[in-house]
Formats: sequence, structure tokens, C-alpha cells
Amino acid sequence: MTAILEIDGLTKSFRGLRAVDNVSFSVDERCIFALIGPNGAGKTTMFNLIAGVFPPDIGTVRLSGKDVTGLRPDRLCAAGIGRTFQLVKPFPEMTVLENVTVGALRRATSVAAAEREAHRYLEMLELDGKTHQHAANLTLPDRKRLEVARALATQPRLLLLDEVMAGMRPTETDRMVVTLRRLRDETGLTIVLIEHVMRAVMALSERVAVLNHGEKIAEGTPQEVVADAAVLECYLGEEEL
Amino acid sequence: MNRPEAGARPASPTRNGAIRPIAGLSGRGHVLLAVFALFLLSVPVWGSSYIVTVGILILYLALVGQSWNLMLGFAGLLSIGHALFIGIGSYAAGYLFAKQGIPPILGVFVAVALAVLVGSIIGYLGFRFSISGVYFALLTIAFAEFARIMIDHATFLNGTQGLFLPVSAQDNKGVDLINLRGHPHMFYYLMMALALGTLGLCRWLLRSKLGYYWQAIRDDQEAAQSLGINVFRYKMYAVMISSAIAGIAGVFYAFYSNSLFPESTFAIERSIEVTLAPIVGGVSTLFGPIFGAFILTPLGEFITWVIDFLKHIGWIDPSLKLNGLKLLIWGFVVVLIVLFKPRGLWPWLRDKFALGRSDE
Repeated sequence: MTAILEIDGLTKSFRGLRAVDNVSFSVDERCIFALIGPNGAGKTTMFNLIAGVFPPDIGTVRLSGKDVTGLRPDRLCAAGIGRTFQLVKPFPEMTVLENVTVGALRRATSVAAAEREAHRYLEMLELDGKTHQHAANLTLPDRKRLEVARALATQPRLLLLDEVMAGMRPTETDRMVVTLRRLRDETGLTIVLIEHVMRAVMALSERVAVLNHGEKIAEGTPQEVVADAAVLECYLGEEEL
Repeated sequence: MNRPEAGARPASPTRNGAIRPIAGLSGRGHVLLAVFALFLLSVPVWGSSYIVTVGILILYLALVGQSWNLMLGFAGLLSIGHALFIGIGSYAAGYLFAKQGIPPILGVFVAVALAVLVGSIIGYLGFRFSISGVYFALLTIAFAEFARIMIDHATFLNGTQGLFLPVSAQDNKGVDLINLRGHPHMFYYLMMALALGTLGLCRWLLRSKLGYYWQAIRDDQEAAQSLGINVFRYKMYAVMISSAIAGIAGVFYAFYSNSLFPESTFAIERSIEVTLAPIVGGVSTLFGPIFGAFILTPLGEFITWVIDFLKHIGWIDPSLKLNGLKLLIWGFVVVLIVLFKPRGLWPWLRDKFALGRSDE
């Protein structure tokens, strides 16, 4: 299998604090890869580095072998990276349909075509009953779904999901897991997700990397990772899994 | 799947399958629009010359209000220097006509090009260095003040003495579109065409890719960027289109008023005046700026009339100067609107009577 995403020695400091410290990993095409770790471990910083919100101090990000380190977010979107935000950022004054249409306009030839595309993704994320509501009026889980639909509408090859299942009920989490797996199987998408909901991580991911204090402390299959002594100590604590 | 839910978008084009020539307007909205258009067309027929003058002022404010709303309401860019773009349009076409004898039908192109150029410079500085919100507004004020002081000292534009456009007695009778000379009715219909044409343009833009991208940037810039939108480029488009419209408005205003002074053309009061109609009518809506102009201008005229009347009957000392009173009362109206109907009067009426979609 070829790697779609290769992270090499990525380091980022904020005012002397190393938020991400010499992290390397690679994600194979069509893989579902989870990034876990306690709060403040540097997971979201990691995403922001990959998605181009700010450049790393040291290290490189490669997308399908091409160096994309430090490119602007809109360029990275064009290169095939889609993302959601941990603190959701829907367009509040626009309707659900318009939100997703904005994403689809990148590749669509007309607004009408983009709207048709948008309907497809809304259906996939079970938002098709709420197309004409303003995004500001949605519940938090719905806003998270909206972010996924909007990111998908840009037709990414690599999708970065930042805690999209936080705040969802277990049944909703399971439905999201099914949706994401189906997406991967049907479109060949690669997914990297940050997640605290271990139920989803265990069910969905094929590989897991664990961050703590900005450093990668473990990587492997979900089963390997939860059995790792370092992970148990720093992250899972005394909780039995 | 396409069906709208109650309360969300009151008048969807697909409801009842009825024929709606303008998608986004309800049946009632269509009737009202038709009545409004007929009313506008008929004003010079029944109105006195005073009414026509007020009509021109209303349509002018509606025009520049739409230009301003395109930036703030659609793309989220606050300008408090719109008098700059209007003034550049006025001075460019005025200078070419008064000093070079070039008719405004050609001058308007120079005027628009200059307004767009200055708009682009402000936009470039603002967006390249990530100056946003009030700081961007300050930048627009600074440029307007800069222009005012510069033209104060520009002898080829007559500086503080003012630039006067030549008019002859018979100019007020005919219709000369090349030199923009003619009866006030000509100016009325020109302003009307510009205001309604801009409404159509804004509507088309808002529903195009550009409009979607502007609104996305307005609502959340970071999210917009993550969807592949080149934020810098689309903000520049907003400033350029807005300053072009303001520049055209400036040309027509110059040839209507025939006199230009830097102190009044570029004064900050003029920039603020531009913002009032959209705020009262409803920022981020298409019809709001026009609606606001129809509230504010007659209100201003009424205030002036009351003051003159009170002076006439001796309740106010006739020598008292009350020039700022109109703006003061307009300001008071804006305070009331912001307190009680912060989204403006038009969205409130539109939804109350189900006239159209939430962006109309």
C-alpha cells in the first residue's frame, strides 16, 4: 500500500511551549487512522499543521509524495485535504444546504450543480430533513455532521475529522461509524480522526497513534495501543478497557 | 427532500408549484414589487419638482446604500469611507467635463477605473496584512480623509474653492445623456435605473458562486478557507465591485448637483450617511438599503420642513443654524432600530407578511 500522508519530524512551538514535538507517522491510502491522546496533547495543533493553518517550525508534510508543508489552507483543500473543526465553524447565517453548497462549488460547474451535489452529502449525513434551516439553529451533533458534509463536498482524498463524535449519543456514534466506513469503502477516501470516544476509535480505526505532551508515544493497531504500558499510564490511567 | 420547513424560509419558489418569475419572492412579494415599480415610474407624472428632487435623493441613497451593503452585508467588510469612492467618481468625471471638455459618458469609465483602483489599494493593504473589522473601517476612514486633504490642495481641481460644472439655461429642458444635461426628470429616471439595476446585479451576484463565497467569508473566514476559498481574492472582488458602483453613483450625483467641494464630498458625515439606509432597512438583505432610503430621506425632509415651519411662526429664532439636526435625528432613529429591530425594518416586514426569502 502507498502512503497518502507522510509526516516527518513535525515540530511546532508556541511561546516556547512545544505543542508538537518531532512527530512522524504515515497514513496509507484508504486507511482510517486515529490520533488519540489526553487533552492538550497537541492533536488539534497537528491537524492545523497538516491543513496549513500555520506552518511548522521544523519537519515536512507530504501528500501523495508531494511536499505540501506550509501551504495555505485553500491550496491544501485544492490539493485534496478536507477538514472539520473541533470548535465547529458552520456558516451561521446560511442555511444547511447553502453551507454544503459552498463546499461543493469548488469542483461544481454551476451553483445548481453544486446544490445537487450538496443534497447527496446531506442525505449521507442524515441532514436532508433540515436543508432550509439556518446553521445557527442546529444542535451541536447536527453542526458536527454539517461540517463533515461540507468538508466531503469539496471531494477530498484525505479527510481530517476533529472530534466529530463528541457530544453524540452512543447510537448516533454507531451510525456515524457506519457512515464513515461506507464512505471509505465507496469512495476510497482516507480518514484521519482525532477522537476521545474510544467506542468509535476501536470500531473504526485500523491504526492508532497516541500523542502525549506533543510527542508520539505509541502507534499500532487499536488492540496493540490499548495494551501498551506507556499509553495505559499516561492516557488511559486506571481506566480498564 | 426539497420541501421547506415552516418558519425557515417562508416563501420557497417550489411551494404550491405556483409560477414565480422571481424565485425567492412570494406571490405577495411579486405584487408588491410590481406596485413599487409602477409607483417609482409614475412619480414624475404626478409629483411636483420638489417631490422629484426628494425622489432623486432617495434613489441616490438607495444606490450607494446597496454598494456599501455589498461589502458589509455580503462579504462582512465594514467601510466607513464610502464617500471616498463616490467622491473620486464625482471629481474624476467633473474634472474631465469642466476642465477638459470630455463628456461624462466617457468620463464615467475613468471615474469607475479610479474608484476601483483606490478600492483595490485599500483592499490590498487591508487583506494582505490581515486588517479586519473595525481596523479595516479605520483604514477606509483614513483614506477618505487623506483624499479630502489632498484635493483641498489640488489646484487643478480648484481646491477648497470648489469645482463647478458648467450649465446653461436651456440645459434644464432637454435630455442629453452624453453630457448628462437635462431636466430633473431625466436624472430621476437615470437614478431609478441605476438603483434598480444595482438591485438586479446584487441579486444575481448573491446567488452566484461569488455570493456564496462572500457569505461564507463573512460568516467564518477560517472555515471558508478550509473549503478552498481564496479569501484574499474574493474580498478584493467585493471591494472592487462596491467601489465601482459607488464611483458611478458619484458621477451622476456630480452632474446633478453641479458643484463639488472637498470638505463636503469627502466628509466623514457623507460616509456615515451612506451606511444609515442599509442599517435602518436591513444589512445583508437585497431590498433593505432601498427600503431604508425610503424611510430616512422623507424623514429628513420632514424634519427640515418642521424646523422651517417653527422658524416661520417664530418658535425658533430664524437666525439659529440647525444644520446638524437632521443627522442627529437620523442617528436617533438608528439607535432605536439597533435597540428594537437590530436586523433592520425590512426583514421584519418581509417575514411578517411572508414577502420573500430571508436574503431578499
